[in-house]
Amino acid sequence: MTQDSPSAKKLSADFPTIDRADEEQLLPQLVSHLREHRTRLRQDWAGRIDGAHLLQAMTPQEMAAETTSVYDNYVEVLETGSVEALQHYARDLSERIIPRGVETHEVVGIVLLLRDVLARSLFEKYQGDFAYLNRVLDAYEPAANRIANTVAVSFVEERERVIRQQQDAIRELSTPVLPVRERLLILPIIGVLDSERARQLTEQLLIAIRTHRAQVVVVDITGAPDVDETVANHLVRTVDASRLMGASVIITGVSPEIAQTLVTIGVDLNKMNTIGDLQGGLEAAERMLGYTVTRSEEKGG
Amino acid sequence: MDAGPALFSILRQGDYLIASIHTALDDSQMLRLQQDLIDQVGRHRARGVIIDVAPLDVIDSFATATLRNLAEMTRLRGARTVIVGIQPDVAYAMVELGMNTATIETALDLEEGLRHLNRPRSPDPSRPHSVGLFG
Amino acid sequence: MDAARHLLECDVCARLSGPLLKRGKTEDDEVRIRVKGDPDIVEARKRARQLAAHSDFSRTDATLLATAVSEIARNIVRFAGDGWILMTLLEEPRKGVRIVARDNGPGIADVELAVADDFSTSNGLGLGLPGARRLMDEFSLTSEVGQGTTVTMTKWRSEG
Repeated sequence: MTQDSPSAKKLSADFPTIDRADEEQLLPQLVSHLREHRTRLRQDWAGRIDGAHLLQAMTPQEMAAETTSVYDNYVEVLETGSVEALQHYARDLSERIIPRGVETHEVVGIVLLLRDVLARSLFEKYQGDFAYLNRVLDAYEPAANRIANTVAVSFVEERERVIRQQQDAIRELSTPVLPVRERLLILPIIGVLDSERARQLTEQLLIAIRTHRAQVVVVDITGAPDVDETVANHLVRTVDASRLMGASVIITGVSPEIAQTLVTIGVDLNKMNTIGDLQGGLEAAERMLGYTVTRSEEKGG
Repeated sequence: MDAGPALFSILRQGDYLIASIHTALDDSQMLRLQQDLIDQVGRHRARGVIIDVAPLDVIDSFATATLRNLAEMTRLRGARTVIVGIQPDVAYAMVELGMNTATIETALDLEEGLRHLNRPRSPDPSRPHSVGLFG
Repeated sequence: MDAARHLLECDVCARLSGPLLKRGKTEDDEVRIRVKGDPDIVEARKRARQLAAHSDFSRTDATLLATAVSEIARNIVRFAGDGWILMTLLEEPRKGVRIVARDNGPGIADVELAVADDFSTSNGLGLGLPGARRLMDEFSLTSEVGQGTTVTMTKWRSEG
């Protein structure tokens, strides 16, 4: 279908940039060529994937199914120019193959191989007319690059999303908030607290207050070596936020040094429940909840 | 008159008023809630008010100030107000924002709110939850 | 796979594909809303939360962002009457959301005072700017009396 007049040939030699009108004629031609030779090209591609030892986690049947879908979607996107459809497909694909342990470089690799296979096929078809071939490749390559880009980015984003989900699940299982009695939670703080960890602990505590309908929370800081102003501020905020959810907070393990830090940042210790040791704090908590505190033979309360 | 579903509802339960917010409210709607509640406290001589703010996904400085003023105004009319249903992420944001919430009485949910109202009032309004230990 | 890296990082390749892609960014990356009245404040919160969800923000971070946006939006409505807020998803250096709020209102004479944490007036009025600043990771404000005010603030997604 090359009917280039001499003047058109001259045009493309002088102006190697993409001409939008050309582009719009070329892509449909390109697309029908790729559809016509679908079976052969798809097989070529599958062969090259094997040769590059990609997608080894898949069975031959899975490979056949996925390469067929990817091929068809690829050509569809070339035809419609719809990136949304491509992103949707890329996310779907990612969701399917991530659990099978497919890596990012494999996904990018197979899309680049497909781009190659199709580019070569275009080369074979149009090699009789280099000027026309150039125009076809000029139309094809950026589109193909964009597809590869979109698929790769979608895959990476999907992987990140899955990893974060897994991390959240792990964190939920390993929350340090302990429901010890009905309506009573203990949060032992052990180790150095940085802002990030303090924020996470507060989040987990507030969620636990809702989940367990806690009325009293004992935050034990005996195991936290350094309570500087930043950490003290976090503590105060944790107390205030817990209060907004209807829970009272007792802070235990407050050494004289820590008490001093709290005073320095402007905390009125008379307004904050602080108690020397955890045991004392637990007893105070139980009294607040209306439990009678007994210890061996003695009666408490 | 709004044709759409109600933004909030106020029900009487004995001496108490129970206000349920149904959706995110804008500033003027919050003020309307405040006005309606104060009117009804006066009209029905309510002794307690529970405001369920669970559907509010953001409680910012204006909302907090409105709720705090509401509590103060109902107190002047002889009623205690308890805010219930503040979500964990919202509580966190309110505190990060730096709002003074010490005078607002709170409870986890409606049930706890009623329990809270039925308890004898703690003497120190800035320590609404101090029972037994320091107050 | 150097080619793979190239595709992900090459702006030239991305730009060359103009005919395929109508816009440089997808619709989801940026939101611009006009702020004139109370309902717009609620709308701004909602859009901020949606944008944060696109960047996989935790619920808490999304609420912090939405709350900060609420404060800024209210400032526009109360003091300028009219303005707009642009919310952009960031990818570099890490994921986050940038908010730019602009109005052509009276401007702020004493910027330092306006953004200072002053707890003696923590009764709701005028807390918008210092409050938003506390909630966000980055915050800057420029203003000219008689011209208007621009607030630029950014929240990064928390890691881990």
